[in-house]
Amino acid sequence: MQDFLEFFSFTDANIRYVTLGSMLLAASSAVVGCFTLLRKRALVGDAVAHAVLPGVCLAFLLSGTKNPFILLLGAFVTGWLSLVVIDYITSRSRIKEDTAIGLVLSVFFGIGILLLTAIQQTGNAAQSGLDKFLFGSAASLIGEDLIAFGVVAVLLLVAVVLFYKELTLLCFDQAYARTIGFPVRGLELLLTTLTVFAVVVGIQAVGVVLMAAMLITPAAAARFWTENLKVMLVLAALMGAFSGIAGAFVSYTAPSMPTGPWIVLIVSMIAILSFALAPGRGWIARILRQQRNKTRILEENLLKLLYQLGELRQDYGSARSLEDLLERRNIPKKEALSGLQKLKRQGYLRKEDDRWVMTPEGEKRGRRVVRLHRLWELYLTQYLNLASDHVHEDAETIEHIITPELEQRLIEELNYPDLDPHSARIP
Amino acid sequence: MNAFWIILTGSLVATCCSLLGCFLILRRMAMVGDAISHAVLPGIVIAFLFTGARDTVPMLIGAGLLGVLTTFLIEFFHRFARVQADAAIGVTFTWLFAIGIILISVFAGQVDLDQDCVLYGEIAYVPLDLIITEGGLSLGPRTVWMLVVVTFLIGLFIVLGYKELFLTTFDPAFAAAIGISTTLWYYLLMGAVSLTTVASFESVGAILVVAFLVAPPATAYLLTDDFKTMLGISVLLGIIASFAGYYLAVWLDGSIAGAIATVTGIEFLLAFLFSPSQGRLRRQKRVQTVGH
Repeated sequence: MQDFLEFFSFTDANIRYVTLGSMLLAASSAVVGCFTLLRKRALVGDAVAHAVLPGVCLAFLLSGTKNPFILLLGAFVTGWLSLVVIDYITSRSRIKEDTAIGLVLSVFFGIGILLLTAIQQTGNAAQSGLDKFLFGSAASLIGEDLIAFGVVAVLLLVAVVLFYKELTLLCFDQAYARTIGFPVRGLELLLTTLTVFAVVVGIQAVGVVLMAAMLITPAAAARFWTENLKVMLVLAALMGAFSGIAGAFVSYTAPSMPTGPWIVLIVSMIAILSFALAPGRGWIARILRQQRNKTRILEENLLKLLYQLGELRQDYGSARSLEDLLERRNIPKKEALSGLQKLKRQGYLRKEDDRWVMTPEGEKRGRRVVRLHRLWELYLTQYLNLASDHVHEDAETIEHIITPELEQRLIEELNYPDLDPHSARIP
Repeated sequence: MNAFWIILTGSLVATCCSLLGCFLILRRMAMVGDAISHAVLPGIVIAFLFTGARDTVPMLIGAGLLGVLTTFLIEFFHRFARVQADAAIGVTFTWLFAIGIILISVFAGQVDLDQDCVLYGEIAYVPLDLIITEGGLSLGPRTVWMLVVVTFLIGLFIVLGYKELFLTTFDPAFAAAIGISTTLWYYLLMGAVSLTTVASFESVGAILVVAFLVAPPATAYLLTDDFKTMLGISVLLGIIASFAGYYLAVWLDGSIAGAIATVTGIEFLLAFLFSPSQGRLRRQKRVQTVGH
């Protein structure tokens, strides 16, 4: 607890730098990441992160200094070049995009490693610190870095706000953007530049491999909670910022813990929880939805069977045994029984000894399913000219889906019919 | 003698990776290979913790399992949670890699592994770790023997499963129709990729594995339309890169893995420009001739 208070009072300048730095970095790369994710190009961030290394080394070799601005400039140039090369290879040969990304990533990084090790062999005293670009060192952020982070983060956010409409259009409807005269090439260039900016700055905190996560993971997580891009951007930024702070806190309480990997671990857990739990798009929500649909279909089929039996014997009011039902339709016994129990609880059925009888509500619902089935069969034969023996399967599915509005339209279109294609009465 | 062992190590890794890479890039799964090569890290660390040493077999098993788990997670996120395919890859491998690094920091005392070794390996140390018989006879480096076994296994896998791999790669629908399980062969292929990654891991590092998985097959893909020829060319290119890369590294006094990756890139560039059928220059010339 004391750690907690001490950490969040931010009295220690070092804590302040690390926390603010991680937070700014994580939030701004998350925002840019949303756009690359929506353009289905999430992994190019990984390529840029790897391609930054040769630039840093070359800048060092050429300038001979460790001036951060010169190194960043070098990083920016090769990072940017890598994206251009990926685009060029994919558009001018039959190499697919994923291969181009993997190729550029490994080759640029290989060149970087070769240069880095060659520099280290020369024993130049100033070279230490270059490998900050390899593994990142968020815990050693100092005031100067923080200013750089802050400036870049603000620049990125301002650019996103200024070009929000254009970038959105680029992500969702490139063809339309081109038709109405947007400079699509220019916008792509802008997004590329923003991505490279985010990577070049972020990589010093989390390192080459994990940089991809800072771009992809919060965006992927945010995508599960909303369909609205603005909300998604804010959510991604919040998730990023939260993991930035949390990562800094972990490495504060346990100093041997690396900040970068903890940021990534935390944001990944958020993402995995989102994939599973988010309402609507999440995994569990979808399974529940499927389950509900399955139960509904089972219930409707059971009521339909009871209704059809009633039709057959001209007697809707008497009870039927489970065997009677299963004779007409092959439903696993256990499933059928649990469906019947559920219907009883909902008041659609009554149980008399071991037999089941429809209540008036049950009869109404069963009749509706039968009606929809027959209406649809008639519709298919009349309007699509399908043979009457081909329409049953289709109607089996659609009878559970048709809404009352659609039902009304069907009845009108078919001119209030009495008989279905098999000459059964439409109830 | 050292040069021989190093180049042999490189060539063996090149052979396994290029063969498997041909299937990967045609299935548009190059980045899955990249993901596996990073995500096996926690498996290696855990195996290390259990055995307390760099024992080859537990490490192969631990990391191999992690490789298959990675594939499974990517599939799971994509198929069941409907995460966009590229994002599923990105989230999975960074997550597992982060866990690996955290494990290394937690058990820093017990685990003799560091991050640079993970990323770019230490192929230069291969000749130092020799197998010596009781009679004092040196049988050559341990890594080389392990890679020989792995290369043999991969070769066997491809020869025996050639038809299935070929069909599930090029025409999954047809393969399924004649009763070949695409899922089974998918996981077998990914298992093979994991095995190769892990076996190559200590010696060459993740980056050279990715370079060998992608670059020689991509280069070969520009040079031929026949799949068997493509397999052959990519192995050849990988071996050439091992040779040239070694001497480039010696000349520049830098990382051998980095140099080999650089050479695979140069090979690709040459094919991209000069390939008889696909090269940029040829195509331009053809366009000009047609224009006249």
